[in-house]
Amino acid sequence: MSAELVQFLLAGITLGAIYALVALGFAIIYNASHVINFAQGEFVMIGGMAATAFVDSGLPLPLAAAAAVAAATLVGLALEKLAVEPARNASVVTLIIITIGASILLRGLASLVWDKKIHSLPAFTGDKPIAIGGATLLPQTLWVLGATVVAVAALWWFFNRTLTGKAILAVSHNHLAARLMGISVRRVLMVSFGLSAALGALAGILIAPISFTSWDIGVMLGLKGFAAAILGGLGSGPGAIAGGLALGLIEALGAGYLSSAYKDVFAFVIILGALVFLPNGLAGRRAAERV
Amino acid sequence: MLLRAENLSKRFGGVAAVQAVELAVESGTVHSIIGPNGAGKTTLLNLLCGIYEPDAGKIVFGEEDVTGYPPHEFASAGIGRTFQNLQIFFNMSVLENVMAGGWLHEACGLAAALLRPPGLARAERRARTEAGELLTFVGLERWAGSPSDGLPYGALKRLEIARALAARPKLLLLDEPAAGLNPTETREIDQLIRRIAERGITVVLVEHNMKLVMEVSQRVLVLDHGRKLAEGEPAAVSQDPQVIEAYLGVEAC
Amino acid sequence: MSRKGFAVLALVVALLPLALTNNYTYEVAIVVGLNAIVCVGLNLLIGYAGQISLGHAGFFGLGAYGSAILAARYGWPPFAALASAVAGVSFIAWVIGKPVLRLKGHYLAMATLGLGIIVAVVLATEDQITGGPDGMAVPPLGVASFVLQGEKLWYWIVGAVLLATVWLALNIIDSPHGRAWRALHGSEVAAGAIGIDPARHKLTAFVLSAASAALAGALTAHYSGFITPAKASFLHSIELVTMVVFGGMASTFGAVVGAAILTTLPQLLTALKEYEMVTLGAVMMLTMIFMPQGLVPTLEKALAAARRKPE
Repeated sequence: MSAELVQFLLAGITLGAIYALVALGFAIIYNASHVINFAQGEFVMIGGMAATAFVDSGLPLPLAAAAAVAAATLVGLALEKLAVEPARNASVVTLIIITIGASILLRGLASLVWDKKIHSLPAFTGDKPIAIGGATLLPQTLWVLGATVVAVAALWWFFNRTLTGKAILAVSHNHLAARLMGISVRRVLMVSFGLSAALGALAGILIAPISFTSWDIGVMLGLKGFAAAILGGLGSGPGAIAGGLALGLIEALGAGYLSSAYKDVFAFVIILGALVFLPNGLAGRRAAERV
Repeated sequence: MLLRAENLSKRFGGVAAVQAVELAVESGTVHSIIGPNGAGKTTLLNLLCGIYEPDAGKIVFGEEDVTGYPPHEFASAGIGRTFQNLQIFFNMSVLENVMAGGWLHEACGLAAALLRPPGLARAERRARTEAGELLTFVGLERWAGSPSDGLPYGALKRLEIARALAARPKLLLLDEPAAGLNPTETREIDQLIRRIAERGITVVLVEHNMKLVMEVSQRVLVLDHGRKLAEGEPAAVSQDPQVIEAYLGVEAC
Repeated sequence: MSRKGFAVLALVVALLPLALTNNYTYEVAIVVGLNAIVCVGLNLLIGYAGQISLGHAGFFGLGAYGSAILAARYGWPPFAALASAVAGVSFIAWVIGKPVLRLKGHYLAMATLGLGIIVAVVLATEDQITGGPDGMAVPPLGVASFVLQGEKLWYWIVGAVLLATVWLALNIIDSPHGRAWRALHGSEVAAGAIGIDPARHKLTAFVLSAASAALAGALTAHYSGFITPAKASFLHSIELVTMVVFGGMASTFGAVVGAAILTTLPQLLTALKEYEMVTLGAVMMLTMIFMPQGLVPTLEKALAAARRKPE
């Protein structure tokens, strides 16, 4: 394998891990509520921007990161409580507009609370590249991959081993049956929005030292996360991870070998092809229509 | 024979919903399909109007092999239907629901629709009158201008029938038209089915109400577990010991 | 209702210049009209046929750049360039609509937004032809030496095109085709059972809405004399959908009112330029939460209820 290819693959996996975290956020909310949360990308932005602001104000990095995740989680909970819950029975189009409105609102607020400049977060453990077989690896890449693996493992544990996690799965399978079993659907919605926001913020903090952050990075990250979630089969956790990694790799290889100007396009070309030719996603299921 | 289904089968995953069913519907009759819950009645109906494609077997309508046609081509061949779980166009008025049913007979070019030449305006007036007549036929004339989401349940059932009739079907599939209706409303449906048959429209009726089935049908097909259990005249079928055991024995009340 | 509504709209278009005092207000009115043309078309797709599109700015951009490139780079007469661009975009919509409209709900939303983004990136990247992110100059509309210029003239052009678009839209909505769209929106299975081919009717709504977006795009390009890829962006697609939904889905006049309010609002709020995004986002959320049917249908219902009461 050429060093160049290794370099592109590393970049792709890093990017893919971030997309996977965003896609998992889409999947969790979709499962609990059948809402596609177009504001998902803003959680990523809030994570990165808030962490940067906290570090600038003198907090040590771990504390700043924790505070940023907490801030994004609060925003996620507020979004659910104030915007999604009052419109529970609205149509798909209505909910799409509400969450897009929320994303524009959050972006506007970010530009007011912070600014419209580009920020960067210091790397967690230095910038000294590690050489592997001609390619170089930033220590931050290891942080991205490591933290993603830990987050995925924690999610697995949460959904399979805790009562709240199982309740969310129950609600995603059947709202009514879950309610009859005494599960509070409203609480499940709150938890899933909070969890998705936290995941998004984590992604934003992890990537900020590598690709910088600013008030408007959420749009593309959100849309690509959505594309990854759909590629993997909407609502499937493993699918979201596979979809995210696939998109990251396609984007890095496409940008490396084909055209870097079109790097944002590859994801959408692939997703269009997948939607038209692979109606069930890479790993997922698509609800069959019932008559 | 107006409709012939040969060796019709449909599976969902591991469940054989309909297995090798044969059905021959004679023109001008009311042909009922009965059977316990889960016998495959609605699946069979969905096969007969193209909503499901059969895994095996074929469907011949008149002289035409319609197997594998999409639903709208079943409709243009002359097979109409109503839905058990009400599929009303709630975004339209009652009259517009019926006018929409006339699409096949009022189809116009896109240019005409955009420019509305006098010919189309005349066709529209005619369609409006015909839809009004159909509403009178099913007894909904006083609701014509109302939004359809304000109608009571029984009226919606009849609206489904009026809309299906607007497509001028040769064969009308009725999926439990009396389900959820009170005895008076059920009698009205009974009358309505007879009057539809008098118009020369062949009817295939899926229904749970045995009294209704026995009164209006010329032939009855009994399904059980997706298979044909018996078929014949209502009186004969209701005496069939197999049928009594599988079906009437449980639900005769 | 629709005949009366059309008369009212024509009257508003005819009398509005009395209230327009300077070039700037004319300009705002022209942009309102151009956006309204897109929204009336888009409403056929979203409001009547019930199919979402989050990529219509792509068609707007293709119409604008198509006409601009034919006129500026290839020296076509501007009117021929405009007509060819609209026809070309309609054809593109027809070709891609076929596979894409098989998708439903969120999948359709994803596909259309993907298409829009691809168009926007291509327009920004192929700078040899399009001028890249900085945009390109567009020759004015005209025949031979007669050139259509000036805010007042353009006001009447856009007003006339808007009225024509509304008239065509009202006709088709009240025709068998319009009923077929609403039938699909109401219940796709039931529509199939009365002989309506879902694929065909979704496609006609998609092509007509793309054509109106392309027409408004091409007019915008020639009117302003300049075009940038921002007009094809995801955000512009969202603004267009928001206008339709804010004004009221399945209401042609709602689409016009939605375009008018959401185009003028930011102009009125120029003092609050910093808060423009916050305001837009808040307006989108609040209308959808408290008036999910949109402005015009909600007002119509309230009026009807008020009229019924005195009896």
